[in-house]
Amino acid sequence: MSDNFPQVFDARGMRHSIDQFVEGLVTNYADVLETISAPFLHMLVWIEQLLRTAPWWSVVIAVGVIAWLASRRILMALGMALMLCVVGLLGLWDQGMQTLALMIMSTAISVIIGIPVGIMMSRFSWLRRIMLPVLDVMQTMPGFVYLIPVVMLFGLGKIPAIIATVIYAVPPLIRLTDLGIRLVDQDVLEASRAFGANPRQQLFGVQLPLALPNIMAGINQTTMMALSMVVIASMIGARGLGQEVLLGINRLEVGRGLLAGTAIVVLAIIFDRITQAYGKRQTAGGNS
Amino acid sequence: MSKIEIRGIYKLFGDDPEKHLEQAKAGMSKEQMLADNGHTIGLRDISLSIEAGSIFVIMGLSGSGKSTLIRHFNRLIEPTAGEILVDGQNVMELGTRDLETFRQQTMSMVFQRFGLLPHHSVLDNAAYGLKIQGKGRKEREEKATHWLEQVGLAGFEQQFPHQLSGGMQQRVGLARALATDAEILLMDEAFSALDPLIRREMQDQLLALQAKLNKTIVFITHDLDEALRLGNRIAILKDGELVQEGTPEDILLHPANDYVQSFLQDVNRGKVLTASHALSRGSLTLTTRTQPAKALQLLQDKARDYAPVLDGKALRGVITVASVQKAQADGARDIANYLDDVTSVPADTGLDEVLGHMLREQQPLAVTGENGEFVGWLSRSKVSELVSPTPEESQ
Repeated sequence: MSDNFPQVFDARGMRHSIDQFVEGLVTNYADVLETISAPFLHMLVWIEQLLRTAPWWSVVIAVGVIAWLASRRILMALGMALMLCVVGLLGLWDQGMQTLALMIMSTAISVIIGIPVGIMMSRFSWLRRIMLPVLDVMQTMPGFVYLIPVVMLFGLGKIPAIIATVIYAVPPLIRLTDLGIRLVDQDVLEASRAFGANPRQQLFGVQLPLALPNIMAGINQTTMMALSMVVIASMIGARGLGQEVLLGINRLEVGRGLLAGTAIVVLAIIFDRITQAYGKRQTAGGNS
Repeated sequence: MSKIEIRGIYKLFGDDPEKHLEQAKAGMSKEQMLADNGHTIGLRDISLSIEAGSIFVIMGLSGSGKSTLIRHFNRLIEPTAGEILVDGQNVMELGTRDLETFRQQTMSMVFQRFGLLPHHSVLDNAAYGLKIQGKGRKEREEKATHWLEQVGLAGFEQQFPHQLSGGMQQRVGLARALATDAEILLMDEAFSALDPLIRREMQDQLLALQAKLNKTIVFITHDLDEALRLGNRIAILKDGELVQEGTPEDILLHPANDYVQSFLQDVNRGKVLTASHALSRGSLTLTTRTQPAKALQLLQDKARDYAPVLDGKALRGVITVASVQKAQADGARDIANYLDDVTSVPADTGLDEVLGHMLREQQPLAVTGENGEFVGWLSRSKVSELVSPTPEESQ
C-alpha cells in the first residue's frame, strides 16, 4: 500500500532523535532521578508494610472510623468495613493492601500537586490558558506512551507505577479545584475583601472552604482514575490486585481475573463513598 | 470638616480607561464613548461631602452607578480619577497593607445579598470582621454575641445562615458590620432583597441603632421612600452623574429636573413633609394680658376673625372677634377668660397625620414647636398642595 500523503518533514527521523534524547536522559540523569524518588519509595514501602503487617481487623476498623468521620453515619461506617472484608473473603487481602497502599500514595501526591496547581490556575488566567491543553493531553495520551520513558528512567517497580498513576489521575483534581474556586460566590468573597481580609485570609477563609465540595469531587475522580490504572501499573511491576488481573489474562484464568476485578471494584466503591460523603457534608454546611 | 469627602470621581470601564479619561472629562456622552472606543462611563465627576453622624443616602435606578460609587469609598473598585478623603486622609494613597487595615477598622459594609459565609455559624459570621482584625476568640465571641443581641438575634448563634430567613440573615450582616466598631457603615441596597414588612422593620431598627451609635452611614437604595425615610441627606444619581443632592425636603419641594420629579410621583410625601412646611405666614399673636379694646383693634386692622393667645411663649388658646366683643361688653380687664380651646400639632408631625386632624377638626389648627411654643397656623391650602401637587404647580 503506497503512502502518498506529502512528506513535509522527516517523521521517521524525528522518532529517532526523540529516542536518542530519552536515552541521553537515562544515561545522564537516571541516578539523580532515583535519588530524588527514593524518599517516595520509602514512604510507599512503609505504608505498604504497615497495611500488610497490621492485623486485618485493625485495618477494617480504621476504614470504618474514617467512613464515620467523613459521613457521621453509623450505617455507612459499618457498610464500608464490611465491604473491605469482602476483599479478604475473596482471598485477596494481601494484594488488596498492596493496591490500597499504592492508591493512598498516588492520591496523596495528586492532592499535593493538584490543589496548588488548581489554585494557581484560578488566580492567573495565563496559567489557565497553558494548563488546559496540557491537562487534555495528560488525560487522552495512552498510558503506555509515557510508561516507556518512565520505566526507562526509573526502572521497573513501584515508582514508575506511581508516576504513571499520578499523571493519569491528577487532571480532574486540578480542573475541579480551579473550577470550584472560580465558582465561589463573588458576593461572599467581596464581603471578605470589604472587611479587610488579605489574599491569604481570602483563600483559606473563603475560597477553599467554599470550593471544598468541588475539590472533594475532584479527589473522588482522582481516586477512581487511579484505581483504573492499577492493571496497567502492574505491567511495570507494581504488585497487587492489578497483577492478579494480569495473571488471569496471561494464563486465561477467568476466575482469577474476575475475583481480582471484583476486589478492585470493592476498593473503588469504598474510596468513592467515603470521599463523596465528606464532600456532601461540606455542601450541607454541617458542623465543621 | 466632613467625615467623608469625595472629589471629582470618574470611573471608566474598558481596556484602557486612562487613555479616554480626557474625553470623558470633556463631556463626551456615554453612548458616544461606547460607540467610539468601547468604554463605558460608570461615574462622571462625582463630588460629595458626608458629615459625621449622618445617614447619607445615594439613590438611583439600576445602572445609575450607585453600587459602583459605594465601592469606591473602601476601594473595592478603584476610580479612574478623583480623590477620596476620610477624616482628611487620602484613601487613594494607601498601600495594600494600609488599605486592608483601613477596611478592617474604619469602614464596614452590609451587602444586598448578605455575603455571609455559608460554612460558618451565625456567631462566627458576626465575628468575621474581628477575626480578620486578629482578635482572640474570647473577645470575638463576646462582641459578636453582644451585637447579635442588639439586632434581635439572641439565641440564633449556633444556627447556620441557610437556616435563617432573609431578614434574619441581613441582621447577621448588620451585626457583623457593627461588631468591628468601624465609624463608617456602608450599606449597599442592604434592605432591597427583603419583603416590604421586613424592610420596614429593618429600617426602624437601623434608625433606632443609629440614634444610639451615631455612626456615619452611607446607604444605597433604589427606593425613594426608603431614601426619604432614612436619609439626612440624599444624592440622586442617573447614568453615573449626580443629578441632585440635598435634604429630603429640598428634593421633595425643589426637584432639580424632570428626572427627579418623575421619582417623586409615587412617593408618600405626607411621611416626609411635616406641619412646619405648611405654615401660613404673617400671624398675629395676642397675649392673655391684652386688653379687649386693643385686641379688637388688632384683629380688625389685620382683618382676622380669630387670633392665637399666648402666655409667655406657650399657646393658651384662641380668641374670636365675637369673644373679644363679649369681653369688651363685660368690661373685662383682659381677654384671659374668654379664650376657646385650640387643637395643636407639633411642628415635626408628618403631613399624613396632620391630614387626619384637619379632617376631624373644623377649627383652625395651631402648630407648636419643641417646647410647646406657638409657631404658626396650619394652612389648609398648603397642606393639600404639598400632599398632592397639581401638575401645573410642579413644573
